[in-house]
Amino acid sequence: MKRRKIDVAAVPGKAAGALDDRFQAATPLRKLLNKVFPDHWSFLLGEIALFSFIVLLLTGVFLTFFFEPAMTEVVYNGSYAPLRGTPMSAAYASSLDISFDVRGGLIMRQMHHWSALLFMAAIVVHMLRIFFTGAFRKPRETNWIIGSLLFWVGFLAGFTGYSLPDDGLSGTGLRIASAIMLSIPVIGSWLTSSIFGGEFPGTIIISRFFIAHVLLIPALLVALISVHLGLVFKQKHTQWPGPGRTNENVVGERMFPRYALKQGGFFMVVFGVIALMGGLFQINPIWYFGPYEAWVVSAASQPDWYVMFLDGSTRLMPAWEINIPIGDGYVIPPLFWPTVVLPGILVMISLFYPFLEARHLKDYRHHNLLQRPRDVPARTGAGAMAVTFYLVLTLSGANDVIADKFHISLNAMTWGGRIGLLLLPPLAYYLTYRICLGLQQHDREVLAHGVETGIIRRLPDGRFVEVHQPLTAADHDGHGELEYVGWVVPKKMNRLGALGPAIRGFFYPIEKPAEAPVSPGHPPVEPRAEREEIGSGESRR
Amino acid sequence: MSTHTEHAPQGREPLDVNDPRLSRFDIVREGARRDDIEIVHYEEQLVPGTKAERRLVRLVAAMFLLTGVAATAFLVIYIWWPWQWEAGRGGDKLYTPLLGLTLGLALLGIGFGILTWGKKLLPKEVSIQDRHDQPGPPEDRKITGETMLYLADEMGVRRRPLLGFSAVLGLLPVGAVAAAPLIGGLISNPHKNNQMFTTGFAPGEGGEKIRLVREDGRPIRPSDVSAGGQLTVFPGIDHGVSNKHADSPTLLIHLREDDAEKSRAANERVGHGDYMWGNYAAYSKICTHAGCPASLYEQQTNRLLCPCHQSQFLITDNAKPIFGPASRRLPQLPIEVDEEGFFVARSDYTETIGPDFWERP
Repeated sequence: MKRRKIDVAAVPGKAAGALDDRFQAATPLRKLLNKVFPDHWSFLLGEIALFSFIVLLLTGVFLTFFFEPAMTEVVYNGSYAPLRGTPMSAAYASSLDISFDVRGGLIMRQMHHWSALLFMAAIVVHMLRIFFTGAFRKPRETNWIIGSLLFWVGFLAGFTGYSLPDDGLSGTGLRIASAIMLSIPVIGSWLTSSIFGGEFPGTIIISRFFIAHVLLIPALLVALISVHLGLVFKQKHTQWPGPGRTNENVVGERMFPRYALKQGGFFMVVFGVIALMGGLFQINPIWYFGPYEAWVVSAASQPDWYVMFLDGSTRLMPAWEINIPIGDGYVIPPLFWPTVVLPGILVMISLFYPFLEARHLKDYRHHNLLQRPRDVPARTGAGAMAVTFYLVLTLSGANDVIADKFHISLNAMTWGGRIGLLLLPPLAYYLTYRICLGLQQHDREVLAHGVETGIIRRLPDGRFVEVHQPLTAADHDGHGELEYVGWVVPKKMNRLGALGPAIRGFFYPIEKPAEAPVSPGHPPVEPRAEREEIGSGESRR
Repeated sequence: MSTHTEHAPQGREPLDVNDPRLSRFDIVREGARRDDIEIVHYEEQLVPGTKAERRLVRLVAAMFLLTGVAATAFLVIYIWWPWQWEAGRGGDKLYTPLLGLTLGLALLGIGFGILTWGKKLLPKEVSIQDRHDQPGPPEDRKITGETMLYLADEMGVRRRPLLGFSAVLGLLPVGAVAAAPLIGGLISNPHKNNQMFTTGFAPGEGGEKIRLVREDGRPIRPSDVSAGGQLTVFPGIDHGVSNKHADSPTLLIHLREDDAEKSRAANERVGHGDYMWGNYAAYSKICTHAGCPASLYEQQTNRLLCPCHQSQFLITDNAKPIFGPASRRLPQLPIEVDEEGFFVARSDYTETIGPDFWERP
């Protein structure tokens, strides 16, 4: 072999060899690249949260370069003329500077805020997916708990974050937060005074929130997210039931190359959508709110959406004050119940739900196959109940705006919320339960009698009947009954391959109709000898 | 984690990957097999060289080129677009939207380009991997458990109880030491200087009464507030109009004659008979519920509404809460007019200002 100085083609191989010599990476890397991931659109919801978190870290670091977390009073002298000459805290002044005097600062601020909203939204939707499909069952209870905690830690991250600019709106939020801490029996005033460094608002709270927001909480989030992902990796993803899928296998794609490419592309899409929102949609225009002044507030002061349910619960709470007539008398203010006790109960219910359900059903087996919501009506009903509860609270958090825009009495909105909070969740449970049973029933009907063909036949006696296409060969009774397995039942002839596949597209077809009937949507999973040839042909390089 | 090659599906012999006849895909598939993965379906989605394939290739290329154009536009706008804020509808108002639009398009171009490439141009596959999520063999469990328990044996805690006791007793204070600086540094007495029960209206050291002033610091004469009107007032002291005295903002209301009549009667009932001055009454603006300023005053009904949680207070009935979550009336400030004709507070508030707490008497 002729020795050349540098054989360019061999460099990567050599480098890889050198790396493997030192780190023994080849075997574990092979396993990693080969890992099989099941694919379904609903498995990508958590990814949105992860990707928004990455955007949060990126934009957040940028913001820290310019933000001054101090409550020292300064007189604003930046480019935003309407506020020039106004005394304000250094925190608010530097937030205005980020918005007006740092080139591209505003889009960074708005992207940061939008990705925070998206982060929380994705967490909630992802959590609903996990709940309604039973993905939290053994062995994944730990990850469910971590996920629930992530919501609450994210909640804290959001609250400490939007309190930092120290504008009129966030100061009002801080005031309410201090009142919530004050309401805690026995330790309330000591806790508040210790956190705020004296009486509200003090001079230190923005600095303390800052370090919590940029160091303590993100560190906790990173730790929780790492364990969350690590466990998904270790325990492998759940999958929907279906042909070839069992509790003991994973059917999907290997991580490399297609799955990884799709993840990368999806990250860029999420990033791009956040950039669009950050540029095009204004969020938290702090310069309209003015600096925080304890005597100024305006109507329609709402927190970010994920805090609104607590605002709603606070609004709906009746004025029940508990007086304890000992000594000078002690008080448990009504604020304590909707803002401390209620979230406490919600945390506990969500943390323990997997164990409660397992205990109730005496089901302690491993579950790697998901359940369709209709197949577990009680759980789906309970979920619908929780969602309804949450929605009533969230809407009540904006009841003044609703009352204003729809010309409804504000007091009627409050009473509607109070009554709705008690009546609607059980109603949602009942309706959801019935709908689940109905959907199951229809699946069973198709399994027993076949698919409606749309062909009406007139019988000799004059009756009309619809012809059904059985899904399996008829037995000696003329019935072909298939077992109910909790997976999609084809309900249209084209899903059976008797007609061409449904043409995709909403307003007009986006694909050509197939010329001949082809097999139904899911690719076959039985190994086929002739298919193997395609992969090993010359087209692969 | 072992490789599990020994029970590869269908008991195949491991391939010799150095066999020169093998294609690269054969090696990839063999690698998958060694990880207990069976690639059961692997198929090009498009026949190479067809129109459909060429169209997709052009589409992906167009997306990447769009990214290039959008990213360049972003840079051009970032550098040369007028971005400093100016009054009016100047081009600077478009700066952030244009940055968002170009950055968004650039990122979406990469994103959808990669997605299309991956989803449409790569072969489709279905692979099956064993989960291997069975618990470890009972023997391993036993061995691991015994190994860990053996630690206790080796340390001999049971034979040497003194070590155990002393370790616990010695380490407990260390835990407290870790917590001490945190708690000790942060803790702050809420009742220092009686701060929770006093406001800026507390009379000065010489007992001089504190004036009510406006936001700009000017004192107020009765004629400054017309009947049915109201004004936010502050203690006329250093930093009285600032967040330093966040509990002091007060609403001075000039009631109409008949409302004032009702108010006085209500005041009498609770022993606040002399808190008003003429038809003027002053109530704390800080909501007794969560501390927001209760600042929406409805002249016709004499109700004061807090915009945060919609508590409503009836001014003509001692600012009693009549709707919403607040459970305590707004404290009333006793006022009078001094010899110079300006409003002063006769004394500090006689009830606790702001949100409720445990030890509020």
